[in-house]
Amino acid sequence: MTTKMFGAPVQRREDPRLLTGEGRYLDDLGHDALAAAFVRSPHAHARILDIDVADALDVEGLVAIYTHEDLDGKVADRLPLLIPHPTLTNPMTGYCLAPEMVNHVGEPVVMVVATDRYIAEDVCERIRVHYEQLPVVVGLERARAADDLVHAEAPGNVAAHMVQEVGDAGAAIAAAPHTLALSLEIERSASMPMEGKGVLARWDGDEESLRLYSSTQTTTGVRAAVAAKLGLPLARVEVVAPDVGGGFGVKIMHPWPEEVLVPWAARRLNAHVKWVEDRREHFISSAHERGQLQEVEVGFDDEGRVLGLSVRFWHDNGAYTPYGIIVPIITSTQLLGPYKPGAYRCEFSSLFTNTVMVTPYRGAGRPQGVFAMERTMDAIADHLGLDRADVRSVNFIRPEEMPYDHGLLFQDGRPLTYDSGDFPATLDKLKKLVGWDDFAAYRIEAESQGRRVGLGIGCYVEGTGVGPYEGGHIQVETSGRVNVSTGLTSQGQGHQTVFAQIVAEELGVRLSDVHVTTGDTRRFGYSVGTFASRAAVMSGNAVALAARNVREKALRIAGEALEADPGDLEIVDGVVHVKGAPDVSIALSTIAVLSNPLRYAFDESAQIATQFSGNADLSKPPVAEDEEPGLEGKDFYSPPRATFANGMHAAIVETDPETAEITILRYCVIHDCGRVINPVIVEGQVHGGVAQGVGGALYERMVYDDAGQLLNASFMDFLMPYASEVPFIETDHLETPSPLNPLGIKGAGEAGCIPVSAVIASAIEDAEGFPITSMPISPHELWELRHRHAEGLIPALHHGSRAAAPPVPSA
Amino acid sequence: MTDSTTGPEQTSEVTLHVNGVTRTAVAPARRLLCDFLRHDLRLTGTHVGCEHGVCGACTVLVDGAPVRSCLMFAVTAQDHEITTVEGLAPGAGQMSPVQQAFTECHGLQCGFCTPGFLTTITAYLQENPDPTQAEARTSISGNLCRCTGYQNIVRSVLRAAEITKEREAT
Repeated sequence: MTTKMFGAPVQRREDPRLLTGEGRYLDDLGHDALAAAFVRSPHAHARILDIDVADALDVEGLVAIYTHEDLDGKVADRLPLLIPHPTLTNPMTGYCLAPEMVNHVGEPVVMVVATDRYIAEDVCERIRVHYEQLPVVVGLERARAADDLVHAEAPGNVAAHMVQEVGDAGAAIAAAPHTLALSLEIERSASMPMEGKGVLARWDGDEESLRLYSSTQTTTGVRAAVAAKLGLPLARVEVVAPDVGGGFGVKIMHPWPEEVLVPWAARRLNAHVKWVEDRREHFISSAHERGQLQEVEVGFDDEGRVLGLSVRFWHDNGAYTPYGIIVPIITSTQLLGPYKPGAYRCEFSSLFTNTVMVTPYRGAGRPQGVFAMERTMDAIADHLGLDRADVRSVNFIRPEEMPYDHGLLFQDGRPLTYDSGDFPATLDKLKKLVGWDDFAAYRIEAESQGRRVGLGIGCYVEGTGVGPYEGGHIQVETSGRVNVSTGLTSQGQGHQTVFAQIVAEELGVRLSDVHVTTGDTRRFGYSVGTFASRAAVMSGNAVALAARNVREKALRIAGEALEADPGDLEIVDGVVHVKGAPDVSIALSTIAVLSNPLRYAFDESAQIATQFSGNADLSKPPVAEDEEPGLEGKDFYSPPRATFANGMHAAIVETDPETAEITILRYCVIHDCGRVINPVIVEGQVHGGVAQGVGGALYERMVYDDAGQLLNASFMDFLMPYASEVPFIETDHLETPSPLNPLGIKGAGEAGCIPVSAVIASAIEDAEGFPITSMPISPHELWELRHRHAEGLIPALHHGSRAAAPPVPSA
Repeated sequence: MTDSTTGPEQTSEVTLHVNGVTRTAVAPARRLLCDFLRHDLRLTGTHVGCEHGVCGACTVLVDGAPVRSCLMFAVTAQDHEITTVEGLAPGAGQMSPVQQAFTECHGLQCGFCTPGFLTTITAYLQENPDPTQAEARTSISGNLCRCTGYQNIVRSVLRAAEITKEREAT
């Protein structure tokens, strides 16, 4: 029997390379390429009056300086609107290089190409751009007030306004025995992968063809966009994602100005050109996420059952909307979590500001939605004096109600219908793991030591594995090597391992014989990309289906060779056997030879496939009808709709009574992503997600001043958590298979970060005894809140401060 | 701008002892050690994450001590012993205890920050071959990782200490 591979905690195939310095990331390629650098706008909103390059022209090593005037064809046009939507009535995208207006600090204005990056930056420093500064819109409140406009074309600074409603939420709330209203706020953060973006273009002037390497989450998307912009046939453009040093969403956005300009310049210069983003560039000219203001109205009964929920929120989309309004749509739909809201209405406005644009960052709108819903659940529990877990429980969709249709449209334009999940079981596990029922005693004990502790909880449902499709191709070489390719890309998720596990299991080959390639359009041209926790679901199922095709073909050929019924055959460790007669066998490598009738033998094994080998049935053509040469197969997986993973987190925090320092003492996760391919990798995804969530809850924010300058655009000032800030994460799993796909899997990539701000807010509130409505929260802010609470400006929780004594801040 | 020279930049020969091999290349005085290693010596295992000394991805060992190679000029490293991630393994196709521990404990995901962790931990375990869990966590708390949440890196530090002892015992 081949060792069971699906579900096994196997070590990663990619590690030996990455651990010994053999990884190849974007800037590890193209040492001899010309280097690009950019002059970027220092102003958040301005008109370009003049660009003076005179002082830069005689720098030794300068190759070219380009402004918008130099751009030609579609490269001079606006960048594409990737995801249009009927409610996105004022979409706005930027240019590769700004022609007249700049709308955020960091927008590219001039491109410089030189013999090396140091020199390119020297040139940038010598270029003088004169601007007329214009009024700046920063923050949702100023955007909403619309005293100034980011784009004259977008009145009220409104990019999109969308309403979805199921039932009559207003009437349901009005008729409910209890009602509450909450005002909530969540700030910006960003994906912030350790490797920024980067592009290397190799223009081949002889072939008139382009090979583009990009640190991207979608090579097929970049390929199509670049070919369209440059007016090249798709057949002359290949795009490869080398090793990518993290993505977390920001690299699904495409084409970036640099992804168009670098190949454009390479063609123009008939050269290889490279651009590698530096950290400051990544802060001010890629993308951020999260920032929202939310207003919640909820009506509920005596048990805390929600009868009507109405949410309005304002979403800061920054200066442009190339990625459409995916983030606020996800907020508005995934807000519902594991609950039945009764009647539900959600209205949002997506607003322009003179800041870096907003595109998905791990969680993609869900952390905000979960924050709104979970703050509401805690508020209901407090209002009624009920246990917070119990209030959640009465609102759960029960397992027997699956599939559950919310009556809304999800981000893929398809019905928001949960496929499976056992929320009560998840909650039970969480309560046991964190010791929910023992916490009161723990709190009393802590208080007796002068310590202040709180327990928080957060639940979420995550739509994963959205379509439209992914594909897989598998080819067995005559050496027995199994090549697997799929079009979507990898940024550390271990795809080379998990897809190999799936293929090894489905095909009956050794894991060590399987070699997976992702994100290379030379190998697989049809793909969407890696986002929305979709890679395992989409490509995992696609490679499984492809493997089944290869297996069927192998058994067909083996059946003929062994004169056996294919139904009586099995494949173990790459050898086809007659079941029960292991000696009657033929290796897949030999089947690969037989599958490809040859004229020319290239080695000894190939001789048996040549036309004079005497093996052929002369009454038939060498390749049978409906058959193709080669032991290979391809298939695609296209789901009817997303599959919904879920999870629940709980945390115990301690807040220092004097300093308001916030420490996470315990962090517990129950996670259900259906059938698990590799538990070690899933756990790693959860850990990483939680760490990003902790960053977003306690440390990370984008600090813009009123002039639109990002004041903390460095790792010195933007506080990403180190090991010292991330708690030990305790995990447990449920495996509720998805009925939607052959492997029963759901996505896991984003889960960890989704509820963390909600959980930490819940825990701090529990410790302090007054509502926490804005995240992230720093010790300083908590200290201020304590003062305001002590002054009576912030009311105490209804049913008390769960803490025995109300907090009294020291002066 | 005070510097108005636009002619070719002055360069000098820089000689380093990298991973036990003497390497020489010509570079301008402002060439960062990380860029020199990566682009002049083509040792691209050392990665650059922030260029301002915070993330630690570019950490290499200079005479055995961890140094952020983005904060050091190549010329400053003249004649010093440099160890990069490429020089950690005892031989081709082998892994050092720290590298081995990372693969056993799933201590890496995208792998971009990893070389800086590997060099940092290698030096740390020389200093403290038997760390506690808390010490292991502290030892890596100067390096940023955006993928792993650090938990499996902490495990890797502890496992690397074990592997070191196991190898010494055989």
